[in-house]
This record gives sequence, C-alpha cells and structure tokens, in this order.
Amino acid sequence: MNDFKELPATAVLILDGPAIERALRRIAHEIIERNPDLTSVVLAGIPSRGNEIAHRIAGFITAIEKKEISTGVIDVSMHRDDVGTRAELPIVRASQLPLPLEGRTVIIVDDVLYTGRTVRAAMDAISSFGRPSRIQLAVLIDRGHRELPIRPDYVGKNVPTSSSDRIRVRIGGRSEEEGVWTIKE
Amino acid sequence: MTTEAMGIRWARKDLLGLRELSAEEITFILDTADAFKQVGTREIKKVPALRGKTLVNFFIEPSTRTRTSFELAAFRLSADVINISATTSSLTKGESLKDTARNLEALHADILVLRHGSAGAAQFLAERLRTSVINAGDGAHEHPTQALLDLYTIREKRQRIAGLHVAIIGDILFSRVARSNIFGLLKLGARVTLVGPSTLVPREFEKLGVQISHRIDDVLPEVDVVNLLRIQHERQRKEYFPGIGEYTRLFGLTKERARLLKPECLIMHPGPINRGVEIDSQVADGLQSVILDQVTNGLAVRMAVLYLCGGIAT
Repeated sequence: MNDFKELPATAVLILDGPAIERALRRIAHEIIERNPDLTSVVLAGIPSRGNEIAHRIAGFITAIEKKEISTGVIDVSMHRDDVGTRAELPIVRASQLPLPLEGRTVIIVDDVLYTGRTVRAAMDAISSFGRPSRIQLAVLIDRGHRELPIRPDYVGKNVPTSSSDRIRVRIGGRSEEEGVWTIKE
Repeated sequence: MTTEAMGIRWARKDLLGLRELSAEEITFILDTADAFKQVGTREIKKVPALRGKTLVNFFIEPSTRTRTSFELAAFRLSADVINISATTSSLTKGESLKDTARNLEALHADILVLRHGSAGAAQFLAERLRTSVINAGDGAHEHPTQALLDLYTIREKRQRIAGLHVAIIGDILFSRVARSNIFGLLKLGARVTLVGPSTLVPREFEKLGVQISHRIDDVLPEVDVVNLLRIQHERQRKEYFPGIGEYTRLFGLTKERARLLKPECLIMHPGPINRGVEIDSQVADGLQSVILDQVTNGLAVRMAVLYLCGGIAT
C-alpha cells in the first residue's frame, strides 16, 4: 500500500502521531455530544485506513463513556463511478454493517476527504443495506477541492492544498512512524 | 499472508484459463468473490459496479447453468446482457468466429463470455479484440470459472486448500473442468489424484504432477474432497467404456462406497448430475454433498471475475 512507500524529501509533516491521537480524541468527544443515543451509532470505516481510524475513535468513546460502540466496514469498490478507467484493481473487501440499519446513525469514517466521490459511493453502499436514520461523516483530514455537495460533520484537521499536492497518511498496520504529510509536486 | 497485505492488484482484461494464472492471482479472485458473495445477503442484491457495460453471453455449445449463472452475475453488477446461442447465431450460416466477434465488438460489447467447442477459441478472440473475454469452456481445454468456484467451495468449507488431497473422478480425458481444476489445485498446494477407467484417465496426465488410480475403493478413504465429473455421453464414442452400468459398478459413488469416505470429506459435482450413474441420489443429497453450495458460490465467483476483467481500462 502506498503509505509504506518512502517519503520524498519534499514531504512536510502536518500531524505527528500524538497530534493524530488528540484530533481523534476530540472527534470522539464531538460524536458523544452530537449523538445522545450512542447505542444507535455505528462507526463505519472505509478500508483500510478509515477502518483503523474508526476503531481508534470507538476506543476513545468507550474510554470516555464506558460504553461499547458498534463499528463496521464499508467497501466502496463496487459503488465507484470510475469503472473501466483504472489499469489495475485493488482487492475488494466485504462490507460489514450491523443490521438492520433502520433507526441507526451511521458515521462514515475515512482518512482524507478530497473530491467527495468516495463518500458518495459509501452512502450508496450503505443504502443497499437499508435505510439508516442519519448518515454523518468523520475524516482525519479535509483537504478541500470537493466535486460533489458533501461536507464533513467531524474533521481532525483542515489542510489547504492545491490539487496537485498529495497527502500521505500513515496509521495502523505496519506503519512504524504514524503521521500525516503533504507532498508538493 | 492475505492478498491485500501483499499489495497484489488485478491487471488482466481476460480470463482464459487457470494455467496462466499465478497462485496469487487465483487467491485474489477467491478473496474478491468473498466480498461479492456478501452482496447476495444485502437488502438490495445489486451493485452498480458495471453500470453501463454490456456483456454478451456467446454460447456456441449448449449450456443452461453456466450461462444463467453469468447472466445473473452480470445483472447483480448492473451490466446489460444479451444472450446469443448456437442456434440463433450466424455461425450456422457460415460466418467465421472472428467475424461474428467483430460484429459484437462493433456493437460496443464490453465483456464477451464465450463457450465454444474448440480449444483455444477464447484465446483467439482475446488476442484480437479489445473486449474482455471470459472463457466459459473451450472444447476439452479449460473451464476456469468452474474450477474457481470449486476452489472457492473447498476453501470455504475447509478453510484452506494447501495440503488437502482431492480426487477427481470420471471422465477426465474430455473434461475441461478437470484440467482447470488440476491447474488450480496444484498451484494452491493441494494433492490431486485422478480416478477412472484407463481409457478416460490416460497416464499422460501424470506429467501435470498428479497421481492416477484406476481403483476407486483404494482412493476414497484417503481423500478430503471428491469431485465427480459428469459422464459426457454427447462427447463419447462407444469404445471408451463398455457401458453406463459397467461404469457405475466400477466408478460410481454409490451409497455403499460413500461409507469409505472420511466423515469430513466433501462431495462435489459440477452438474448436471446423472443420478444413479456417477453418483447415487442419496449421496448427492446427503450431508457431505456441497453441490448446491457450488451453484451459489458460482454466482459470487463469476461476479468477481466479471468485476475484475470488465472493470479495468482496456
């Protein structure tokens, strides 16, 4: 996966490991504040880093409120709008959501929000499982440049970028050093 | 190690056979099928993965189950499907395979699923067309999606393939299902024994790396999976074996023989089954039989194959 590639010399660190932890802990507090009935909430991560982030947020919520919170996985591969444009396809994973979704609040969790197309695909995927009461969106980084009318409910950090910039997130898995970097082209 | 952790990606537009695939690519398809199997349990059993794509089911040889399985898989992926069979195609009017296929391409078909009586037909078209070509059986050569669904079913029921001993029983000589299964099973680390009369299971197969036996009763107690092949009356001339009754007596999985199997041994059959010929009715419907799981899994595997081959840029 691309987060294990060497960082180029032009990479600029914008969040280090402890800063990521602080951002996710704050998001956990905001989720608690906005959702009085936490038992109806499911944190659904988009693989693979969204999953890791969803589990970290769930961990903070449990630590703060002493309550378990549901997590899930939404794989958006089957719902993307760029079919036939990629030369290689990554693995598709099964989505896992606690069913039924009726009456629940599904919080989509991803690492970076950019064009909004992945989130649209995630909403589409969720509706194929049922009709939740609400869908919210939590992201670690919002880098702007939306192509669809989508805005996040919870943001770790807003990062102004130009569209030629790249964002590199290392979290979980084999990442020895966690962090978020911008790379100028 | 999972295919995801290895960073494997899919980059083929065609699926022609298992012989040319690596073990990693086969595992990648099986892992993808896991995700698509789950779609069948959703409230809405349809995903937009191939929306706007056109699939042509081009079956020069008769087939109902493979064709309908591909058709349903395509529907679940939101592709549009047209079916062309031998009787409705212009092949009966003397048009060459290549001309027919070029006409299909001129209609902007994105995926061609081909069943043909000649070995190499799918490859012939894949090399000449931009369309994705999926081999749904070419002569006695390969039938990759059948072998993939067999592998998927074994992995699902036994959690692994490596180290298992699989017997493929029956009409091996004429069987594309057997060939694809042999390639796939060996690549994934299984041990394979072919069983049948010497006329249908010739010694040359040993070159592929399998064992051969003409005595089914010696093999049954040893294996973890038996895959029974249909006796293909339509392909056979009389001299290959004395008669159906004789075949059943020597190689049929009767209920008496089934007692020789380990209790956890899986019984598989690609269908359509000839009840009372290669397998007894009670055995086909028994607890060890996974014949209907194979049908369900065939749908998931074909969705995965269509998604992968049809979803990449060509």
